[in-house]
Amino acid sequence: MSDIKIKITDRDGVLHEIDAPTDMNMNLMEIVRSYELAPEGTIGICGGMAMCASCQCYVVSDHQLPEMSDDEDAMLAEAFHVKDNSRLGCQIQMTEELEGLEVELAPES
Amino acid sequence: MIKTDILIIGAGPTGLFAVFEAGLLQLKCHLIDALPQPGGQCSEIYPKKPIYDIPGFPEVLAGDLVNNLMEQIKAFQPGFTLGERANTIEKLEDGTFLVTTNKGTQHNAPIVAIAGGLGSFEPRKPLISNLKAFEDKGVAYFIKNPEIYRDKKVLIAGGGDSALDWSIFLADVASEVTLVHRRNEFRGALDSVEKVQVLKDQGKINLITPAEVTELKGTDKLQSVIIQKSGDTEEQIIKEVDEFIPLFGLSPKLGPIADWGLEIEKNAIKVDTFDYQTNIPGIYAIGDVNTYPGKLKLILCGFHEATLMCQSAYQRIYPDKKYVMKYTTVGGVSGFDGSKKQAPKAVVKTIE
Repeated sequence: MSDIKIKITDRDGVLHEIDAPTDMNMNLMEIVRSYELAPEGTIGICGGMAMCASCQCYVVSDHQLPEMSDDEDAMLAEAFHVKDNSRLGCQIQMTEELEGLEVELAPES
Repeated sequence: MIKTDILIIGAGPTGLFAVFEAGLLQLKCHLIDALPQPGGQCSEIYPKKPIYDIPGFPEVLAGDLVNNLMEQIKAFQPGFTLGERANTIEKLEDGTFLVTTNKGTQHNAPIVAIAGGLGSFEPRKPLISNLKAFEDKGVAYFIKNPEIYRDKKVLIAGGGDSALDWSIFLADVASEVTLVHRRNEFRGALDSVEKVQVLKDQGKINLITPAEVTELKGTDKLQSVIIQKSGDTEEQIIKEVDEFIPLFGLSPKLGPIADWGLEIEKNAIKVDTFDYQTNIPGIYAIGDVNTYPGKLKLILCGFHEATLMCQSAYQRIYPDKKYVMKYTTVGGVSGFDGSKKQAPKAVVKTIE
């Protein structure tokens, strides 16, 4: 397995092109934390259980993403700043299929 | 004024276990927490989730871990100030600390241990431009006293357990209950969802979905809200209400602790890993709220930090006393309630 290149626009609008490992069992929220693209304590608050929406992001590229679980769907129904392309970063596992993924982090709430 | 040896801010697993370690050293503890129940995130966010990395527990539900900790510390009779947030800290002339909550409750202790996790849980507020103007004038994020809603027209927004449960409860209290949610689906205990269905069919709960409250109206006090309905029939509904209760869950904020003069880095309090003391002698930070090189936000690390903190706290309180750590298998556990737990003694007897 190898790294994939993904583009993440942080909450200040800055674009980061980063390498994300696909063999570390990491999800998008953890990638953002590992590169410190959002301050600690403002993202991944629940640890990745789809229970806080602090890792909400907008998926800009048209990649085939894993289907939304009921938990993620219900959490987004209660979150703010939600758009049609909103997903929870913690539910998007890094896989080779996501090469070139482009996302924007949703505002902190 | 509440007096204690170690004042613990935050009643999550780390804060609770600190009570046990302090108790072994005969130090009394009192805990402050913004939430109405102990357990912190474990109780508030994920009580039904299993945890797999608590040593000795192959699997334990977060809620059960909290119950076990409460049982473990019972004999040490900790005091609790719940539903209040520690707001200010002041160092008194005698070197002890005075901590006052948002409700004015005062606590005095020679040692303060901040076990605040990610901070105190604050309600998540919906994005309505004039929401703030109506806070306490018809808008509330917590229901403290359900009686104030008697014979009032109440509107609840949200799609989780608390929105469901309070709609059910207030259906018998308020003159009218309206529940607004962005989806037709609700996330909650099956029992609650079914009850709301029954109450809706009986006309006791007025359900508006999928919809969102977008604007509040009123002069001195909330008088009506504008509800934007989405889906097949997009329309605006103007609804007369006395009270609007948005229930969108809680999110942790470091809050007033950030202004206590403590060194903060990455939304956490910097500590010395020797004893988890902060830059202010006598104030410690343990568990998820602290940071140091190599920090891991794990419950098991919080337990370790709490243990070392208590040893250091003991020496600060009793600088001249000689002390060596004693194993509980040897010393047992002597509670402040007079209880004594001890390993059963072996008998020495001839076998004939």
